[in-house]
Amino acid sequence: MSEGAVNNTSGETDQENSTNSRRYFLIQATSAVGAVGAAGAAWPFIKYWTPSAKARAAGAPVKIDFSKLSPGEMLSPIVAWRGKPIFVVYRDQPSIDALETDSGGLADPDSTNPEQQPDFAVNPWRSERPEIGVYVGICTHLGCSPKYVETDNFENTGQGGFFCPCHGSKFDLAGRVVAGVPAPYNLEVPPYRFESDTVIVIG
Amino acid sequence: MDKSETQSTNSGLAGAMEWIDKRFPATETFEYHMSRYYAPKNFNFWYYFGFLAMFVLVNQLVTGVWLTMNYVPSGDGAFASVEYIMRDVEYGWLMRYLHSTGASFFFVVVYLHMYRALRYGSYRGPRELLWLIGMAIFIALMAEGFFGYLLPWGNMSYWGAQVIVSLFGAIPYIGPDLMEWIRGDFLMSETTLNRFFALHVVALPLVLCILIFVHIVALHHVGSNNPDGIEIKKDKDENGVPRDGIPFHPYYTVHDIHAMVVFLFIFCAVVFFAPEMGGYFLEKPNFEMADPLKTPDHIAPVWYYTPFYAMLRAATFPLFGLSAKFWGFVVMIGAIVIPAALPWLDRSPVKSMRYKGSISRMMLTLFVISFFILGYLGTQAPSKAGTIAAQVCTAIYFAYFILMPWYTRVEKTQPEPERVTV
Repeated sequence: MSEGAVNNTSGETDQENSTNSRRYFLIQATSAVGAVGAAGAAWPFIKYWTPSAKARAAGAPVKIDFSKLSPGEMLSPIVAWRGKPIFVVYRDQPSIDALETDSGGLADPDSTNPEQQPDFAVNPWRSERPEIGVYVGICTHLGCSPKYVETDNFENTGQGGFFCPCHGSKFDLAGRVVAGVPAPYNLEVPPYRFESDTVIVIG
Repeated sequence: MDKSETQSTNSGLAGAMEWIDKRFPATETFEYHMSRYYAPKNFNFWYYFGFLAMFVLVNQLVTGVWLTMNYVPSGDGAFASVEYIMRDVEYGWLMRYLHSTGASFFFVVVYLHMYRALRYGSYRGPRELLWLIGMAIFIALMAEGFFGYLLPWGNMSYWGAQVIVSLFGAIPYIGPDLMEWIRGDFLMSETTLNRFFALHVVALPLVLCILIFVHIVALHHVGSNNPDGIEIKKDKDENGVPRDGIPFHPYYTVHDIHAMVVFLFIFCAVVFFAPEMGGYFLEKPNFEMADPLKTPDHIAPVWYYTPFYAMLRAATFPLFGLSAKFWGFVVMIGAIVIPAALPWLDRSPVKSMRYKGSISRMMLTLFVISFFILGYLGTQAPSKAGTIAAQVCTAIYFAYFILMPWYTRVEKTQPEPERVTV
């Protein structure tokens, strides 16, 4: 052991210089290897917090049968997918027409935010079929679940939509957010497909 | 401190350190415990295990916290939640094996750490309190392991805990009531599981951490012993630094990190390839859920308790009108606590086995051999020959301590050196 080098305050010789640079290199190299090891060891502890196999199984796709739903209604009781409420609305013809023509006062009438819906739902109804709308019933403001309102939601048309009781955000029947409310985005459209005319699969 | 008052123009890291030091003794503490803590320069292999015990403690704390996130301490949920952790939780199997293997390795390193003290007389003055604190840690650790072993709620957990709790029933007069009080029920039940859970995850870890903190404060106050058993503080240079001491940091920190790497090779080999260790680390009947109506064919505690368990079973005859069961309890408790008396039992003029006489060496060797034999016997089903062997070994175990005041005085010792030998 080179104990002499530890508290040496006199002028450094060349040999000490080379010892010090070698020591510096070794410390850096050891620290780097140690950091890689620590990161590797941390990985299982981080991964442990991700959804377990049980949680993932519980988050599997769900089937929703809406054969008893009539135009102008929202499916009740509300079905959950991954613990989130799913709104299924059956729109009548006047509503379908109104959604197409009446987009004044909406923050994002053309669904330009790709995070909020699958590609097939980029249309005035934000759905695969104009009459059936499927939305995640979570307000994009702070996560409350909005209420279904049949009429008088909007000053212009009175076509109905969703009203969030927490902070007063309003969405039309296609889940499009009204400008000037706290919610920043349209309601999310979950990935879904029609298994038959009256059954959809979410997820 | 006076340095920081005169220089106030530092910037960057040095300036930040100065700011902190004026408000919290960071540098001072680091120097006192690390960079200016002078440890003897002749530490050998046996001096790794204190650090390794701390390392395993950290492993137990971290993996324990993570396991608690998914474990359910209920009669219906406990066993299932452990299986859930093993099968469904991401890396749950690793977390559990790190924790269960860590428990066994904790005892491996602690036993080696204690053997080091016996070998080099580390319990002798001025380190008596350090030794007593260490004994308290050992007993707290045994309790911690015991409470933890019930938590998986397997059949061995259940009946092992049943046997240990029943030991308290051997105490005259209060025994049966005491047992009921410990269990909180008329049998080992969910109530018992809940309180063991609270003790295992909150109370005892807290006690252990405080005791270990105090252990290190005491150690750094009196200074470390060394294989020669001489006091390096007796020979200091003009700066007050022991001539045979080297700063703990960087010399022993680097030294210990090296040991940690070697330790991890062995530890990981067990975790990944033999976490059950042939039924010694995780016993086979524990893969079956606790059943109060069915005792496993052969009950044995985990290996780290088996030497004491063998001594418990070695008491087979009543004495002075008290039952063999009671004496077994006394022998077992006595075997666990008697090392606490070592500082006052050892009357040798020297501390280290290097300079002690042949009787001391022989007694220590016999003690270690009998401890191993007892450990083996404790894992085996009781037999006639086994009981006799256990009785002989129990006698040797206690003779090592009880005869120590005599044999350490009569034997011929060698003179200690003035300076440590490297």
